[in-house]
Amino acid sequence: MTDPITQSQAGAGGAGEDPPGRPAVDVARGGPGSSTERASGFSLDVDRRGIGDAFRGYWDKIRSGDPGALPSILGLVILALIFSQVSNRFLSANNIGNLPGQGAYIAVIALGLVFVLLLGEIDLSAGTTGGICAGAAAQALNQHGLRHGIPGASFLYWIVVGLMLAAAALGLYLKARTGPAVVLVGVIITLTGLDKYTVPAIIFAVSLGAAVGIFTGWLVGKVGIPSFIVTLALFLAWQGVLLFLLNTQPIGVNGYNVWFQLAHGNMSPLWSWVFTIVVAGGYLVYTVVRSIRAQAQGLAAEKLSLVLLRGGIILAVAVVITALANQNRNTNPFKVINGLPWALSVPIALMIVCTIALTKTTWGRHLFATGGNAEAARRAGIDVTHIKVTAFTIGSSFGALGGVFLASATGGVQLDLGSGNILLFAVAAAVIGGTSLFGGRGKPRDAIIGALVIVIIPNGIGLRPSLPASYQNIITGAVLLIAAAVDALSRRRSAGR
Amino acid sequence: MSEPILEVRKLNKRFGPVHVLHDVDLTVYRGQVTALVGDNGAGKSTLVKCIAGINSIDSGEIVFEGHPVTIANPSEAARLGIEFVYQDLALSDNLDITQNMFLGRELRRFGILHDGQMEKKARETLTSLSVRTVSSVRQVVASLSGGQRQTVAIAKAVLWNSKVVFLDEPTAALGVAQTRQVLDLVRRLADQGLGVVLISHNMNDVMEVADRVTALYLGRVAAEVQTKDSSVAQIVELITSGRSGNIGLAPAAVNEGI
Ligand SMILES: Nc1ncnc2c1ncn2[C@@H]1O[C@H](COP(=O)(O)OP(=O)(O)OP(=O)(O)O)[C@@H](O)[C@H]1O
Ligand SMILES: [Mg+2]
Repeated sequence: MTDPITQSQAGAGGAGEDPPGRPAVDVARGGPGSSTERASGFSLDVDRRGIGDAFRGYWDKIRSGDPGALPSILGLVILALIFSQVSNRFLSANNIGNLPGQGAYIAVIALGLVFVLLLGEIDLSAGTTGGICAGAAAQALNQHGLRHGIPGASFLYWIVVGLMLAAAALGLYLKARTGPAVVLVGVIITLTGLDKYTVPAIIFAVSLGAAVGIFTGWLVGKVGIPSFIVTLALFLAWQGVLLFLLNTQPIGVNGYNVWFQLAHGNMSPLWSWVFTIVVAGGYLVYTVVRSIRAQAQGLAAEKLSLVLLRGGIILAVAVVITALANQNRNTNPFKVINGLPWALSVPIALMIVCTIALTKTTWGRHLFATGGNAEAARRAGIDVTHIKVTAFTIGSSFGALGGVFLASATGGVQLDLGSGNILLFAVAAAVIGGTSLFGGRGKPRDAIIGALVIVIIPNGIGLRPSLPASYQNIITGAVLLIAAAVDALSRRRSAGR
Repeated sequence: MSEPILEVRKLNKRFGPVHVLHDVDLTVYRGQVTALVGDNGAGKSTLVKCIAGINSIDSGEIVFEGHPVTIANPSEAARLGIEFVYQDLALSDNLDITQNMFLGRELRRFGILHDGQMEKKARETLTSLSVRTVSSVRQVVASLSGGQRQTVAIAKAVLWNSKVVFLDEPTAALGVAQTRQVLDLVRRLADQGLGVVLISHNMNDVMEVADRVTALYLGRVAAEVQTKDSSVAQIVELITSGRSGNIGLAPAAVNEGI
């Protein structure tokens, strides 16, 4: 039973990567020789993937052009090895504990960008959107409520409120619901003056980001301007708006405790353990239950041994990290610093939420479909405009939160917060992690791993003052190029060319 | 013969100044394969997209199960039970077979995607179509051959207990064995009671599986004939010149062109 279809399929190498939200079935693993066996119905569906299969399948996937997270993790290890030679402080607990605070803003912006990149679009303005949102929140705290007016530009407040209401209406018209709801929450916060408190002010920043995202998504998805142009224009424009919002005076945020703690604070050791057990333990339990249930129903499933091994490794690593993090890592004997940094747990929690949204909801499925083939999605009855608007809304909201993290890390909202290379670093993080710029392929996980790669470079260089800072951009550029080359090569191989 | 399940009456479609479809009539019966034939650019795909709601209609009427309907987008067509397999295949390469088959109509449980159920139903549908060439319904569509993609597209169309299925050149890119399989599949669909519209350039295939043939010539219906009363030569003549013997367009209309 060697018919031409199975043969040509075997020749194509079983390309591509996992479809979103499913454990992979490796069509590549058999190689051309096994076409006879595969021709007999859904043989792979009832197979159980064990550890051996998983490794073999993984190796085949790497060869056939889907390296997954491997290159970025390898890169991380190589960079860590190099920098541990540059300075013996690099692998110290104190330095590693600082990494999340230094990189959380990139991780958060990159998380939002993944949604936009999955559509094959780009949001160049996510960084400067973060600038205006953090700027507005800082000014609100500074003025004990933004409704008391923005110094030097009191008219601006009512413009902001009016535009937010307009964005909410536009969002509803485009059949988005969550985005407009978030925007309206922000409007209520500022109109009631709650934004003189830190937490509501930060929520206000996020909702301002959502409003920006609805406009951006409308311009791209409905009006039809290429996202590169729309967001390039906004990238420039927001830098000017930030100057108005700040009245050309930087505003420090170290005095606002929650804001300061975002990049500098840690969870208590007890809560660190709770977080680790819930996240890593929860993952283990979830994958085990999924495997057992799928096997019981005769669906394609991963073997229990594989699931236990993988979840066990993740849990073990997480436990070791938490145990180390709960030791005092302060070199200064007068104050104890321990616990998992908020700048680590917040991005990881967001990553989990994003992953669930992308793989377990209809909306996420439709986002992947639109990114893979927009016309096919449209013909399947998917409202492509709606999907684009929601993706940009998420991108800008995360951009806003990223701006808040950045202000926390640098101590305040500077006049150029979010401009410069920041957005490009976030794009690089997503790409280094494995997200494709061409749409249809990417994971929230990529943003976190990529951000770690990006932030480790200036950190390592900064530890030896004799190294010129100019190396930072050169190394980052080289790493990005390597990541993009891996991506291009894998796509070439998976296309069978 | 029973009532037609789908009837298109006097449909007109222009793209700007180009009048692509002139007063086109098309009738589809349950349990029959209706072939839609015509030269390149005759307007076959445009007609299909007009019925699907992808292209808007300038004038004309679509009657489904005896009631006039307006179809503004593909999901409305799907709600009526009309499904399409497009010439330019509409599958998402980055999704797997199951995800593609359920795209836009995912099954959910507690608001969460019910992947297991979808996987089962996808497998059942492929099995009921006697599809034996795909090894796993969790295979990414990017890794499928042309024939397998075509199979998935057809399976997607019949997954929903549809009543009418349009197939736009489903065998154009296929080898001999796959063409055979798809033609058998087409015949089986009709035998199961569906109304099937098959667009094809291969007259032997048309003569083999179709019950009736509607020939388009430059955006007009040249003739509607029964395959059993007709011959390949006659249909080819209708396609190329709009006339054959005493059937077809009036000579004036033929000469007028577009
Ligand atoms: N979106 C469009 N805009 C303008 N003209 C179009 C459009 N779509 C189709 N046409 C024109 O309509 C005519 C009919 O095209 P159509 O694709 O329906 O032909 P067809 O019969 O399916 O041909 P083929 O056998 O090559 O598939 C052609 O002249 C084509 O150029
Ligand atoms: Mg066509």
